[in-house]
Amino acid sequence: MTATQLKSAHSNTDYDSYSLWREASYRLKKNKMAMLGFWTLLALFVIAACTPWLAPYAYESQNLALGASPPSAQHLLGTDIHGRDLLTRLMYGSRVSLLVGFAATAVSLVIGVLWGTIAGYIGGRIDTVMMRIVDILYALPFMIFIILLMVVFGRSFLLLFLAIGLVEWLTMARIVRAQVLSVRKQEYIDAAIVTGLSHWQIIYRHVMPNILGPVIVYVTLTIPSVILLESFLSFLGLGIQPPQSSWGVLISRGVESMEEYPWLLIFPGLTLSITLFSLNFLGDGLRDALDPRTAKS
Amino acid sequence: MLKFFAARLLQAIPVLFVVITATFFLVHSAPGGPFDAEKTLPAEVLDNLNARYNLDDPLYKQYLSYMGNLVQGDFGPSFRYSNRSVTEMILTGLPITFELALYAMLIALIIGISAGIVASIRPNSAQDYIPMSLAMAGICLPSFLMGPLLVLIFGISLDWLPVSGWGYAPGDKILPAITLGTGYAAYIARLTRGGMIEVMGQDYIRTAKAKGLSTPMIIYRHALRGGLAPVVAFLGPAFAGLLAGSFVVETIFQIPGLGRFYVQAAFNRDYTMILGTTILLSTLIVLFNIVSDILTVWLNPRLTLKD
Repeated sequence: MTATQLKSAHSNTDYDSYSLWREASYRLKKNKMAMLGFWTLLALFVIAACTPWLAPYAYESQNLALGASPPSAQHLLGTDIHGRDLLTRLMYGSRVSLLVGFAATAVSLVIGVLWGTIAGYIGGRIDTVMMRIVDILYALPFMIFIILLMVVFGRSFLLLFLAIGLVEWLTMARIVRAQVLSVRKQEYIDAAIVTGLSHWQIIYRHVMPNILGPVIVYVTLTIPSVILLESFLSFLGLGIQPPQSSWGVLISRGVESMEEYPWLLIFPGLTLSITLFSLNFLGDGLRDALDPRTAKS
Repeated sequence: MLKFFAARLLQAIPVLFVVITATFFLVHSAPGGPFDAEKTLPAEVLDNLNARYNLDDPLYKQYLSYMGNLVQGDFGPSFRYSNRSVTEMILTGLPITFELALYAMLIALIIGISAGIVASIRPNSAQDYIPMSLAMAGICLPSFLMGPLLVLIFGISLDWLPVSGWGYAPGDKILPAITLGTGYAAYIARLTRGGMIEVMGQDYIRTAKAKGLSTPMIIYRHALRGGLAPVVAFLGPAFAGLLAGSFVVETIFQIPGLGRFYVQAAFNRDYTMILGTTILLSTLIVLFNIVSDILTVWLNPRLTLKD
């Protein structure tokens, strides 16, 4: 969202919700763990985005004569058995893991918000049917289905985040629907209908800004679970395929040789854990900041 | 109660039917057959194989015969291991996976609930922060990291416990169960804390305090039943997660359970095995979700027993 859009979104909501955002950002800034998570993530994104320029070695470069070597001045995090620089591979792997995390979350966000908004706004029988479908899908074992999809249709990158996104939207749809239902009953929505706004205008101008808070919180908590899912699949050999690397691929390689070359497991594992920590702390902090009721408990 | 249970079971039937049908057609729409993996077979051999597994029949016929066999508990022959049936392989793997999941669940419940209660007694004190930080660490250390780390420390460096197998050496079940259980212990600790803090703010707890009951007595007699509701509701998803988690843990510790079979079948494109395992696991998870729902309602009399 650009600055002007943000401004117009604010000018359309009432004064209270504007101050809510201010108060929330104030509360968030006071939460040290959440801010630490925020800055760590920002650093990670910058590094991942600038990897082609920052990486100490080319992605393909290897030094077979060197083989696996522990961390040293030339190779800060050491090298793997093919003499490839671990730091370089980790940086390129971060790009893949973060991309899958964000892309799959984006897929789930679009489906979940559309589904939840339509169900909550229209209500009645359509709402019942739509949420019943969500209930049924909830009962299914998704991990198994993702593996099934990857096996049947080949292990492609695009399919991976589509598959993950397609299963992660359910909770988003529920949260959005509940939120839309409560907004829908407000008097200002009736007022908006009376003034002759179309349904889409009402949804865009009045409903969307009011459901933004919980959606942002849930997005921050979905990203780590998606990153975890990708690593899980890659660890089993069913996700990202070598020579492409991701955190899961690197960890799985690291486990194979952890007795002889423990650094190959430790550094990728540490990177994954730090990322998960940061996202979870930021998500928890955002939830406390945006929902004053939970902040007190 | 019985009516509610029956209604829930009846609802599960169409769900399972859709799952089985969707899985069947998904697997059968896979590009390439199961027999064109490594080397190309002569045409006659391929024809014979296809005939043996009825792969030359029209798809609807295969579907009907599969469903017919399924109702009788027959998952068909394995494509990969010609002399073993899928049912047979499932029956050898399932008890092992169940045992692993059971131990992991026990570890998760015991550690998670006690940590959550301890943290909820004095919120925002050291007694709260320490277990909750550990819980956060447990959530951020996935099983595929936790397992290898435990192996490195307790298996290799200290040489206290065996690092692979299931039931071959004394103590070889400890590390896999801990690996699978810790993540869920962490979730359960957070859920317990949340639920307990909410319940401890209720009026009836204040009444109990005024009556002069000790804190352990209040927790045991009055707070636990309501405070554990989120944990009970989480049991269904947790069970599904434990079964999926067993894929990783069984691979790390080389345990011959269902999860390892499934991953191997996925690599071998052993379609009947994938199909059979998927159907079985889905059924178990759907059933367990029903049990979890029923327990949730039973714990909270305010919820009515309608669908």
